[in-house]
Amino acid sequence: MSTKTDSIAIDRDIGDFYYNVTATRDAGVGLTEKTIDYIVDVKKEPEWIREFRKNAYHVFKSKPLPTHWAGDELKEIDFDVIRYYLASGDAAKRTWEEVPEDIKRTFERLGIPESERKFLAGVEAQFDSEAVYSNIKKAVAEQGVIFMGSTDALKERPDLFRKWFGKVIPTGDNKFSALNSAVFSGGSFIYVPPGVKVKHPLQAYFRINAENFGQFERTLIIADEGSEVMYMEGCTAPKFTTATLHSAVVELVALRGAKIQYITVQNWAPNVFNLVTKRGLAMEEAEIKWIDCNIGSRLTMKYPGVVLKGRKARGEVISIALAGDGQHQDTGAKMIHAADETTSNIVSKSISIGKGRATYRGLVHVPKHLKGCKNNTECDALLINASSRTDTYPAITVRGTGNSTQHEASVSQINAEQIFYMQQRGLSEGQAMSLAVNGFVNDLVSQFPMEYSVELKRLIDLEMEGSVG
Amino acid sequence: MAQGAVTMTSTELSSILSGPGQSSAPGWFKELQAKAWEEFEAEPLPTRSNELWRFSSVKNLGLDGYVAAPEFSGDPFSLTRPREFPQPSGRIIFANDSLVTAELLDPALESAGVIFTTLADALKKHPDRLREHFMAQSVRLGSAKFASLHKSLVQAGIFIWIPRGVEIHNPFEVFHLVQGDWTTVFPHTLIIAEDNSRVTILEHFVSANPEERGLACGVNDLVLNPGSKLSYISIQEWSRNFVSVQMNSTLAKKDSAALNLALNFGGKYSRLESVSRMVESGARSDMLAISVARDEQEFDQRTLQDHQKPDTTSDLLYKNALHDQSRTIFSGLIKVEPGAHRTDAYQKVRNLLLSDDAEANSMPGLEILADDVRCTHGATSGQVEPEELFYLKSRGINDLAAKRLIARGFLNEVVDRLPQERLSEYLHQQIEARL
Repeated sequence: MSTKTDSIAIDRDIGDFYYNVTATRDAGVGLTEKTIDYIVDVKKEPEWIREFRKNAYHVFKSKPLPTHWAGDELKEIDFDVIRYYLASGDAAKRTWEEVPEDIKRTFERLGIPESERKFLAGVEAQFDSEAVYSNIKKAVAEQGVIFMGSTDALKERPDLFRKWFGKVIPTGDNKFSALNSAVFSGGSFIYVPPGVKVKHPLQAYFRINAENFGQFERTLIIADEGSEVMYMEGCTAPKFTTATLHSAVVELVALRGAKIQYITVQNWAPNVFNLVTKRGLAMEEAEIKWIDCNIGSRLTMKYPGVVLKGRKARGEVISIALAGDGQHQDTGAKMIHAADETTSNIVSKSISIGKGRATYRGLVHVPKHLKGCKNNTECDALLINASSRTDTYPAITVRGTGNSTQHEASVSQINAEQIFYMQQRGLSEGQAMSLAVNGFVNDLVSQFPMEYSVELKRLIDLEMEGSVG
Repeated sequence: MAQGAVTMTSTELSSILSGPGQSSAPGWFKELQAKAWEEFEAEPLPTRSNELWRFSSVKNLGLDGYVAAPEFSGDPFSLTRPREFPQPSGRIIFANDSLVTAELLDPALESAGVIFTTLADALKKHPDRLREHFMAQSVRLGSAKFASLHKSLVQAGIFIWIPRGVEIHNPFEVFHLVQGDWTTVFPHTLIIAEDNSRVTILEHFVSANPEERGLACGVNDLVLNPGSKLSYISIQEWSRNFVSVQMNSTLAKKDSAALNLALNFGGKYSRLESVSRMVESGARSDMLAISVARDEQEFDQRTLQDHQKPDTTSDLLYKNALHDQSRTIFSGLIKVEPGAHRTDAYQKVRNLLLSDDAEANSMPGLEILADDVRCTHGATSGQVEPEELFYLKSRGINDLAAKRLIARGFLNEVVDRLPQERLSEYLHQQIEARL
């Protein structure tokens, strides 16, 4: 199916709201040691954090941009004009009337509840859901679950926090994890005690924290032996921000027999560089599953990984990427097998629309003398227009005779006959395309929690409307 | 050369270049070689941080210690195979980069205008064709330094030109024999198939001694004009201490069909870079390889399937059987250029790990810039399945023989893609002998 659409009229100013920033705490632009001192002082953090941050700052400075394997687009980031810390207690100062019509329409179409819309549009810095939140908080606290901001956790629970903080993703892992380690603020900390199965999915979105959607958030989740937890981050609504760089670090630790499911749905404005490091450590018989859905942004580079450290540990990444016109989704997965009988599964589906580019980049590593390790990787790419682009770059290393890996990837386009068939039955071309795209990702979307899958489906409808003509 | 190669200084260069067969090279060619030498010296040796050398044991690529090929002593013919099966159409033998014999065995071909000769001879008699095609394709997969080295020092080369409409059924056969410790050879092959012609070439790379060290830096360029069919088969049996860098380029024009099959058995470190460019619609390229890796051998294979025009096809199948502490690297890219719609590309690498210490690295890649394409790739790594082994053993076949049978079946599937039955039979024997 070839639809000749060279250029798509897209409103590039989406997200460029005027923020009347009167934040009382502002570390200014650019990054120096002073910025770090400022952050540590303002947040009243302990000295070891100051040292940790400063060390990370030097690592960040010394590491080159990874342009030898990643795209040159990274060079567009100007690190000197970024605000690295802004306590946004009162950042949002616009009114609902100022929110552009099309965004209101998007909320309408996505079915975002009235109460949440103002928060998402940046009208309110805090999402007014005290009732919902405190109920969840109460329910999980009864089970002994700790669910708080990372900043609070490092002060209140240094015993738990310090033990695992920076252990799954060391500062020097990459340039952007070093940057995050230097200037992190916000993010969540969760500790689930042994044997506790958290019934409610925990959602960053309901937690009342001004830094909730921080630019450099740091999340650490520890699931103790035999426990289970599901965490959800972001939402399908467009995320409007003036920040052009988002660089989070997320670390998961699943102790013996624990299960962690981490769900991300992100929809950034088309000027955002989204460079995120996410990794989990799975001990014996533990299971970590990343469900990662990337929509929007100028460039996303994100490869959730699992280090399978204990026998029979299991890792899974389910990834959906939608690259619209002018966007590059460089996503994938890493699976490091480090114990016998570990298994991993990667399923990636990407859709490229207009001049969009979707890239799958993967790493599977099965080192020496392990037995019974298995990996399965499947990547499917769907191209919508003649100018769309897709790439696949996996790297698989296997040693020894006891293991097996398989990787498969395919590229296809929407079947013209399907579209014809649907148009015969009265659907418009856009509706038909949208239905076909939804069919393409359906088996993955069905693994999402219900409200997410419904929103995602509507979002695909919205994205597809602009792609034909 | 910054790396301090003792033997290949610029003064050595002149003596190597004035070696047999090359002294009469025309001025333009000498200039080309001098320029290539400068490029070689300017280019640094590869490092692993370069994505094109990821996973490679680049430590093997140091150039210290190598010498220009000495005179070959002994009987070169003892290292070639008998002419009976399959009967070749013509045969060229080089020993230590010096010509031993060049013979066109089918007299009918000469009257048909077929050129089957050495590079040195072609430089004299067909300078225009060489100017147009000699290393005309850019190096894309990382070995620019080695391509320059080859270009500046090449002497043992063959040039084959098949006129329009001429179909040759028996293969041309070329031997490159090497003898002497630290010897360097630079085998070159240039084949031009004119419109609707058909030809098969079988090239052998053989060491006289299984231990001697050496460096082979070879190039083979295949040019397929509209409607032509060209099959190129290489059997690499360098000594187990050899370092080899082989660069292949296939240029396929309208409705032509190229087939490239590499059988890799020898060498300590063997890098094979293979590029197929489908430059006109209807072009097709089949890229096949078999590697049997033993001891600490490393086979480093990099491929590019470059679809530049619509309605082109490529099909890649690489299979590796890994024994002992051997390593293999496969990095392949299917590139569909903008506008190359209705491309049909396939890429598959399969690793059979026969030892606990073997390591297989696979990087199958896709870059698609057109739509309405069918592109699939796959990479698998596994071992002999216990069920298969059990089945064979229950029929009285011992463990070792059963594994060998399974490995043979695994590898022979690649050879079976060849349309020529007698040739396949010969290649099956070659594989069998290595398992």
